[in-house]
Amino acid sequence: MKRILALALTLVMVLSLAACGGSDTPASDAGGDTSDSGNPVVRIGVFEPATGDSGAGGKQEMLGMQYANRETPTVDIGGTTYNVELVYADNGSDPAKAPTAAAELVSNDVSLVLGSYGSSVAMAGGPVFDEAGLAAIGVTCTNPNITAGNDYYFRICFLDNFQAQVLVNFAKDKFSAQKAYCLGELGNEYDQGLISFFEQNFDGEVIKDSFPTNTSDFTTYLNKAVNEDVDVIFCPVSIAYATQIVGLAASMGLEIPLLGSDTLDSNVVLEAAQGSSVQLYVSTFYQEGGSPEFDEGIKAWLNEDSTAMTNNGGNDTIAAVTAMGYDAYYVALEALKAAGSTDPGDVKAALPNVTYTGVSGAIAFDEQGDAIRDTAYIKTADTANNVWTLETVQTVE
Amino acid sequence: MLQEKKSKRSAWIALVCVAALLLLVMVLENTMQPTSMLFTVLKKGAVYALVAASLNLLNGFTGLFSLGQAGFMLLGAYTYAILTISSADRESVYYLYGGSAVNFSLPELFGGGTLGLILGVLAALILAGCVAAVVAWLIGLPVLRLKSDYLAIATLGFAEIIRAIFQWDALGPVTNGANALKNFPTFSSFNIENADGVVVFRLSTFVPFLLAAVCIGIMVLLINSTYGRAFKAIREDEVAAEAMGINLAKHKRMAFCISSFFAGVGGGMFAMFANQAQAKTFTTAMTYEILLIVVIGGIGSISGSCIASFLYVAASEWWLRFLDAETYIGSFKVPFLRTGFRMVVFSIIIMVVVLFFRRGLMGDRELGDVARSLRARLSGKAKQKGAAK
Amino acid sequence: MQYGISILLSGISLGGQYALIAIGYTMVYGILRLINFAHGDVFMAAGLIMVYLSASLPIGVALPLMILLTVLLGFVIERAAYKPLRSAPRMSVMISAIGVSYLLQNLATYITGGLPQMYPNLPVLSNQITIAGTSTKMVTVVTPFLVVALVIALTQLINHTKIGTAMRAASRDFETAQLMGIKINNVISFTFVIGSLLAAVGSALYFTNYPSIVPLSGSLPGLRAFVAAVFGGIGSIPGAVVGAFLIGLSETVIKSSNWSVFSDAFTFALLIIILVVKPTGLFGEKSTDKV
Repeated sequence: MKRILALALTLVMVLSLAACGGSDTPASDAGGDTSDSGNPVVRIGVFEPATGDSGAGGKQEMLGMQYANRETPTVDIGGTTYNVELVYADNGSDPAKAPTAAAELVSNDVSLVLGSYGSSVAMAGGPVFDEAGLAAIGVTCTNPNITAGNDYYFRICFLDNFQAQVLVNFAKDKFSAQKAYCLGELGNEYDQGLISFFEQNFDGEVIKDSFPTNTSDFTTYLNKAVNEDVDVIFCPVSIAYATQIVGLAASMGLEIPLLGSDTLDSNVVLEAAQGSSVQLYVSTFYQEGGSPEFDEGIKAWLNEDSTAMTNNGGNDTIAAVTAMGYDAYYVALEALKAAGSTDPGDVKAALPNVTYTGVSGAIAFDEQGDAIRDTAYIKTADTANNVWTLETVQTVE
Repeated sequence: MLQEKKSKRSAWIALVCVAALLLLVMVLENTMQPTSMLFTVLKKGAVYALVAASLNLLNGFTGLFSLGQAGFMLLGAYTYAILTISSADRESVYYLYGGSAVNFSLPELFGGGTLGLILGVLAALILAGCVAAVVAWLIGLPVLRLKSDYLAIATLGFAEIIRAIFQWDALGPVTNGANALKNFPTFSSFNIENADGVVVFRLSTFVPFLLAAVCIGIMVLLINSTYGRAFKAIREDEVAAEAMGINLAKHKRMAFCISSFFAGVGGGMFAMFANQAQAKTFTTAMTYEILLIVVIGGIGSISGSCIASFLYVAASEWWLRFLDAETYIGSFKVPFLRTGFRMVVFSIIIMVVVLFFRRGLMGDRELGDVARSLRARLSGKAKQKGAAK
Repeated sequence: MQYGISILLSGISLGGQYALIAIGYTMVYGILRLINFAHGDVFMAAGLIMVYLSASLPIGVALPLMILLTVLLGFVIERAAYKPLRSAPRMSVMISAIGVSYLLQNLATYITGGLPQMYPNLPVLSNQITIAGTSTKMVTVVTPFLVVALVIALTQLINHTKIGTAMRAASRDFETAQLMGIKINNVISFTFVIGSLLAAVGSALYFTNYPSIVPLSGSLPGLRAFVAAVFGGIGSIPGAVVGAFLIGLSETVIKSSNWSVFSDAFTFALLIIILVVKPTGLFGEKSTDKV
């Protein structure tokens, strides 16, 4: 009896697989595809984490693209109006899964790729795009090694060495910091890279610590920082850890200011600090109010669409990564227009010369494929009102 | 005498089948669209097949329950990567440490070019296996005395310790700390290009298949040798095996080292597949994945492990992906489909297999046994028919 | 001095929380000889259940309901995933445990959408107090006492009740116990019920301290607690408790040193040393192999 049941279950699975196999076939001939409105379709791949420890950030970044797609669902390429379709592949925040997720996008005949949030996955997926001759636009992956040695990876955000420099300057200017405590996840390229750059730029004493993956007890680390009497704590960690650290700092009444990188700019983290006396400063790409029109539009959409609201962490605070995702979508459209075709090769050839002024500022690429950017926003958490407020705009010469 | 002839014949058949499979892969790769998901799955499947077979050699044939496979893969991946990163790229890969402590690259030592690439990659893969085997020998000294579950936990512990050491900042000039190692020869490096850099003949799926086939072939030969029989005797009953004059410590150590050797080679190949080597990837979860493949394929069946690894990779990375996307049939929204649903369905399938097909796909039989018994049944039926007439 | 106290406090409270999970491991292993890899994930599930219950119910109702549901989860897992494999080789059962752990994690990812969930504040436990100049949560102080009380109650149960006697008999010799008329399935279910109950209590304490829950939140405490159980001698309840406190303390001490990179590795190194020197752990019973 059990065997029959099991067999029946397996059969159902096999059948559903067959069904999927069937639905996969039309995906392979992108050029001739048409949508309901009769327009041809151009596909843009979205290479983002929707699960794993960067899942929260990836989802917020995707919100920006989805909103942009709602706002501008069509693009004129070489005189024809195309409908833009976003194709998603979840890289699971895991470098081991990223190559297959990237290959999935390649096999779906997308014209170019947006993403990813998180640098390790971008680096793992990069060679797949490189080999397939598909251009990818990194949205908020800040590690320098992503575009170095990869002709097909571009990005619209600033780099880690710039970000670390900004934060070092800020720590000097605001707190006259002489001694800093850096805390990052063991083996995480993003965390450790930022910490190294921070250490290189900081002239003063730096104490470094790494915690193993899946840690949730940060008491000892924070107590150590208190005991060492440091001036600032720098913790460029992913959102899941950031909520723990900030929450803990809030509950133990930590008086040392916390400095965070762009990952900490999330309303989930903001909520962890709510109502406490914790001083939290993050460097980021966009500050709410930078483009009132965009703010208003996306807030209206978030309040209307409950799924989008959940993905944004349950309220309508706009994360900087959402603004970046929004800009990335428009850069992609510009590239398609400039290329005049949907062929990935043409798009890649057109990309280096694309310029666009988005909500997060002017975007242009240097010869490496990195965005030319010289400003970062530093925000602080207003814990009483549960909002981010702009602290300062920092530039590095 | 007759037995020997028969086994010789089946060995030939097996060889021909493998050769045909390799040829098929080569043909497919050069006729189908190269961006198809199929090839990604085949590459990863080939790598996993090798690692699963190596774990099966230990768990299924020798009865030593080890959970350290990811640790040995890590050793292999790093050894391979460190030895083959081209010297021009070392500066940029080790950008945090101002260059690497290892300043040569095997493919270049062998003179560069196609020959240098092939020799360098082969040498690096063999060295990757050797490093894993040597570490396994060292680890084996204390832990192989432990029994079943305790051995499993101790090897799992060692894998975690190895990972922590490779992520350690102080070893950065060698291991690149937390950063990934990249820019080394990958499977795609074996594609044959013409003068303009256009790929004229693809070998990027053929190469992992060939490597995996050779390694698995060696393991099969080993299993069918005297040593293999000694391993099986240990699995069945340690005390009895010892009474029959089998040196327990020696054979256990041997099985452990050989299994780790191939895990190391598999790790190097995994790095080639993933285009990078990063300690963060080789977690306990990866060992569990491989263990699940072994169990699904059948503990004690090498061909089972191979088949299961392809099914496993294809199901988790390819066939089920549609479950992650919200789908509308007309205006009807299909319920449950949302990010993460793929893995839920996948784990349910695994539970069904584990609970209802306890012996896995193949049990402890090999593909050859299945074919033989099928033929025997068919000819038996034919005979019966003849008798009935 | 203040720093020392804060390390000591967090080590003891962490140890107490590990102890509650470790007991679940050690009891199941004692009877079934099964490393229940899913136990850490049951612990995580308990946390998530609480998050979702407290969203719509008052804490006073949600807490007991959460414990009840976790116990039910443990019971169902045993009946569905382990009982059918009673006669199968031990490895199959272990694989089944890994499968369940995988399923629970993926299910949690699916339900939470991969977003970290914040644990609700429990009255009294979440209050801040100051001990010798160190600010901490009430739960830090409560944990060791609660653990000791629960362990005493558990030992009483095992030593002085009928079901306790049955459990001891089953862990001594599974088959003979069956022949003596002990309803072995009931005993096993009861073991899982107790294990899950303690995991549920443990999760309430643990997540009050570290309030953000992700699908993998259970894996690290689960692994550490398991190491603690082996350390203390698997199958022995006092061993598990002592082991857990030692692991908790050594973890916080090494985190506070300059070797924090190796805090995980150190735990495992400790385990391997114990296994090699004294394979049955600190308090384990000596077993001999019969031919």
